[in-house]
Amino acid sequence: MDFTGSQVRPGDLVRIFKDGYVIEGIVMPLTEYSSKDLLVIKLSNGYNVGISIAGARIEVIKERYINIEELTAEEPRVSFVRGMSDKLISVISTGGTIVSKVEYGTGAVKPAITAEELLEFVPELKDLGSIEVVDLFRLLSENMDPDHWTAIANTVAKKLNGGVDGIVVTHGTDTMSYTASALAFALRNLPMPIAMVGSQRSSDRPSSDAALNLLSAAITSLNAPFGEVVVVMHGVISDSYSLVHRGVKVRKMHSSRRDAFQSINDLPLAKVDYSSRKLIMINSRYIKRCTKGELIVMPKFEKKVALVKAYPGFNHEIIDFLVDRGYRGIVIEGTGLGHISESCISSIRRAVEDDVIIAMATQAIFGRVNMNVYTTGRRLLLSGVLPASDMLPETAYVKLSWLLGNFSDLNEVRGLFTVNLVHEINEVHEERLFPKWYHGL
Amino acid sequence: MKLMKSMKNDYSLSGTMDFNYDELGLRVGLEVHQQLDTKAKLFCKCSTKLYEGSFEGVARIERYLRVTKSEIGEVDPAAVFEFMKGKKIIYLAPSNHTCGVELDEEPPHELNREALEIALGIAMGFKSKVVDEVHVMRKIVVDGSNTTGFQRTAIIALGGELDDDEGIVRIQTICLEEDSARKIDDLGDAVVYNLDRLGIPLIEIATAPDIKSPEQALRVASKIGLMLRLTNKVKRGLGTIRQDLNISIKDGAKIEIKGVQRLELLPKVIMYEVLRQLKLLEIKNELIRRGVREEDIQDRIYDVTNLFRDTKSRLISGNVSKGYKVYAACLKGFKGLLKLELQPGRRFGTELSDYARQWGGTSGIIHTDELPAYGISHDEVLELYKYLGANIESDAIVLTVGPEDRCINALRAVINRAKEALRGIPKETRAANEDGTTRYMRPQPGAARMYPETDVPPVKIDEHIIKEALKYVPKDPGSVYDELVRKYSLSQELSRQLLRSPYITYFYELVQEFGDEIPPQYVASLLTIHIGSLRNEGVPVENLSIEVIKHALNALRQGRLSRDGVINVLREYALDNRRPISELIEKYSTALDIKYIYDAVHRVIDSNIDELVKRKDKAFNIVMGRVMNELRGKADGKLVAEVVKKVLNERLGHGY
Repeated sequence: MDFTGSQVRPGDLVRIFKDGYVIEGIVMPLTEYSSKDLLVIKLSNGYNVGISIAGARIEVIKERYINIEELTAEEPRVSFVRGMSDKLISVISTGGTIVSKVEYGTGAVKPAITAEELLEFVPELKDLGSIEVVDLFRLLSENMDPDHWTAIANTVAKKLNGGVDGIVVTHGTDTMSYTASALAFALRNLPMPIAMVGSQRSSDRPSSDAALNLLSAAITSLNAPFGEVVVVMHGVISDSYSLVHRGVKVRKMHSSRRDAFQSINDLPLAKVDYSSRKLIMINSRYIKRCTKGELIVMPKFEKKVALVKAYPGFNHEIIDFLVDRGYRGIVIEGTGLGHISESCISSIRRAVEDDVIIAMATQAIFGRVNMNVYTTGRRLLLSGVLPASDMLPETAYVKLSWLLGNFSDLNEVRGLFTVNLVHEINEVHEERLFPKWYHGL
Repeated sequence: MKLMKSMKNDYSLSGTMDFNYDELGLRVGLEVHQQLDTKAKLFCKCSTKLYEGSFEGVARIERYLRVTKSEIGEVDPAAVFEFMKGKKIIYLAPSNHTCGVELDEEPPHELNREALEIALGIAMGFKSKVVDEVHVMRKIVVDGSNTTGFQRTAIIALGGELDDDEGIVRIQTICLEEDSARKIDDLGDAVVYNLDRLGIPLIEIATAPDIKSPEQALRVASKIGLMLRLTNKVKRGLGTIRQDLNISIKDGAKIEIKGVQRLELLPKVIMYEVLRQLKLLEIKNELIRRGVREEDIQDRIYDVTNLFRDTKSRLISGNVSKGYKVYAACLKGFKGLLKLELQPGRRFGTELSDYARQWGGTSGIIHTDELPAYGISHDEVLELYKYLGANIESDAIVLTVGPEDRCINALRAVINRAKEALRGIPKETRAANEDGTTRYMRPQPGAARMYPETDVPPVKIDEHIIKEALKYVPKDPGSVYDELVRKYSLSQELSRQLLRSPYITYFYELVQEFGDEIPPQYVASLLTIHIGSLRNEGVPVENLSIEVIKHALNALRQGRLSRDGVINVLREYALDNRRPISELIEKYSTALDIKYIYDAVHRVIDSNIDELVKRKDKAFNIVMGRVMNELRGKADGKLVAEVVKKVLNERLGHGY
């Protein structure tokens, strides 16, 4: 029977007659980029080619030769594989590259969210203990919002109270440091490290960084002496060691490199050596593990908080707009030591009078804000702007959202914002905390 | 052994093998891989020139690759994983030749448009049907030669054909793909690669298995190579073109052979593979005759370290003192078969050894067909048979020494390969050796190891791309030959030589440039005979770009260089291309005063006058040789000869 292009469906085995040639293969789903007058055909040698259907005769040899199904949203579920020791590691999966897995038939990328699938890729995890995977979300990290932080915090808290020996949270890398900060403020007196982990190369690739990162994260959560929320990722682009960064001091500093995550204005807490599988402490300033009963959970976040960047031409109307829309807090990513154009000062004053908290971090990323040095800084301080010290702008944003979510007294919020809670502020910047750049020598 | 005698007399391994390929049902498919001469790599903007400096201070990155699925084929994927997981891969990343893309630290950029256009032009030359949208795929390769663990490859055209004396050979697919990294070293537990070559565009032309003789394979490969060169957009020199083969005979298996770098080797590789398959079939028949069954071959691996407590074998004692162990396996009914030669210098034992190396990462095996040797005594062999409960009359024992997990993997692979011998010829991917023999590389991959490269958007082939591609469509080789003979009056032999040489496109460019001022016959013989003999001298002639040759010929046209001078300039430039060509032309310039030549001739005669008078019949040769030596090729030989004759006639009388 002959068909036109629109009558064949992905998964059908077809034969196409065109310009004296015969092409046989399986119809694949079109990519976002493919033009619509084409069929993408998988040949028997595994290659895909795009063939225009104009002037072609198409014969369907077998309908639904392979099954190409759409991804369906499933209820969160839990899977379990018994390991070689009596330890139990809970892996909370929220999505991202680290759990994406290609289906070799169609090339579609699907999340791998069962313990079996995880162990297929990192069988060494079993040596560390039994693995439980909680399939919580399947989100790309740009789609994460404060409600998800709350859900993750509650899930982690439940696992901690239920009795596990290690907790690993898999996450997309783009906003992982935001979630890490959120958990750091929401979960206090932790009995073990909460190791957040992602990957810069999806786990279906033989060269993926996911395996080393996951192993290191599990080792960290099981063995490290601290009770903090950390991010565990490649330390360098070689597969030689991972770094354990404090969640409130880490930032994604490169769009694609494996070692994109680096501690800013702070030393990493530890590193995990790949060949020996050993955790080596680097930083002596950390919060020690507490006992299970001491855990405090404050998982709420205020969503009416904004992070805005100062730039030449910044219009104060942006601040007015946020205030008029009922925003309760604004973190300004200011220039240099913590500045924004003087033209914004009256808008900022009005905001503060309306009980909107305005905080100032620096877009220079490295270093600390100091608003006493220049006139604009002093005027901003007098207007009621809170300096964020050496907090990363992202951390300052999450902190303000968390404070406004959990404390109703604004004076308390103001007070807590400027003091150190979980080492989000580092008072001492050693010279060597600033990276050395390549200068062609 | 009856079998051995009969096998020895069947074929002489060193001489030519007179196979009746028709009767054997030989079928050969050819894959030609050729680097394209583009400005940039296929998925980034790095140069396609190779790095020639030292590796001191060059960035060094260490990685591991993982395989989770059985993309590699039907053999136990767990074994692949066990083998690969311990293997460290070291990448050297020279600046200017590599960036984040080669290091797998940055996603690929869009498909290089220039490379696509050249490849499409070539495809049209083979009358292949260009696809309407190009989809880049990932082909899993876990030997470390690709930092990603896969090679990016795309079919750009399907079908097509090639005329040959023995009939039409069909083209199956034409692909555009990225070249792999260069292997620099194998340290045992680590492999070292240079990333400079990774990402250079390659075109792959795959024929159907329509080739029926070794000679036809050579002809077809040569013709494909010629058409590629006629585009003037492919790289020249060793390693820029590589041939893969798939070879089968009736009752045999389809075997893939990778990496034949020299074209002339193709017929030999095919002959040797036919020989290998026939020998393996004979082994199978002999095993059946002996009544060996697959279930007789035990999987059991024995730790026999204790049997070698007091051994005189340094090979064993040296390893045991490092804490390694000796393991053994019994191949029931295989006695005598391991020393059978399958290809010159390669026995069945060598095949088993390859398996041990590839799957276990051990240095190979020792087997009882070659013992006593390596310091292992006859008594130790007897002990071994006793310990394994094996029959010394009919069984073979295989030994390996090294770390436990490697030895076990190695012997497991050996046992599996021995079992395969009963079934016939296992499907393998093999690698070509320099002498035309081949060695086992890995099992053949299936189509499942291919999946889409989602980071690179597909490219729709529109009229604009086709129009650009038309510029690169190669001429038909037949019409080129006619043109060389008719239009340029080259001899048939010279025309054929030129077509076989890498410089056919240089010829056209040079003839166009110099018109009638330099005879095309001279240009042709310069590009074939003279550059050929430089190559035979060991001169790296790949350093000679068209620009360099143009400079030299321009000097010839202006009378500044003699023809000998041209060769001298090209030789010296190729040997050290850091010196500017103009300097070399100056050095060999013939703008010598004729008086200078006369002075030299007189000088030589003066200082050798006694000898010359004594050996009058040799006088011309003596003077000529010494003068040319003194002038070091600065003067044209013909001119010097005239002067020498003239002066000798004047001074020593007539007759020169």
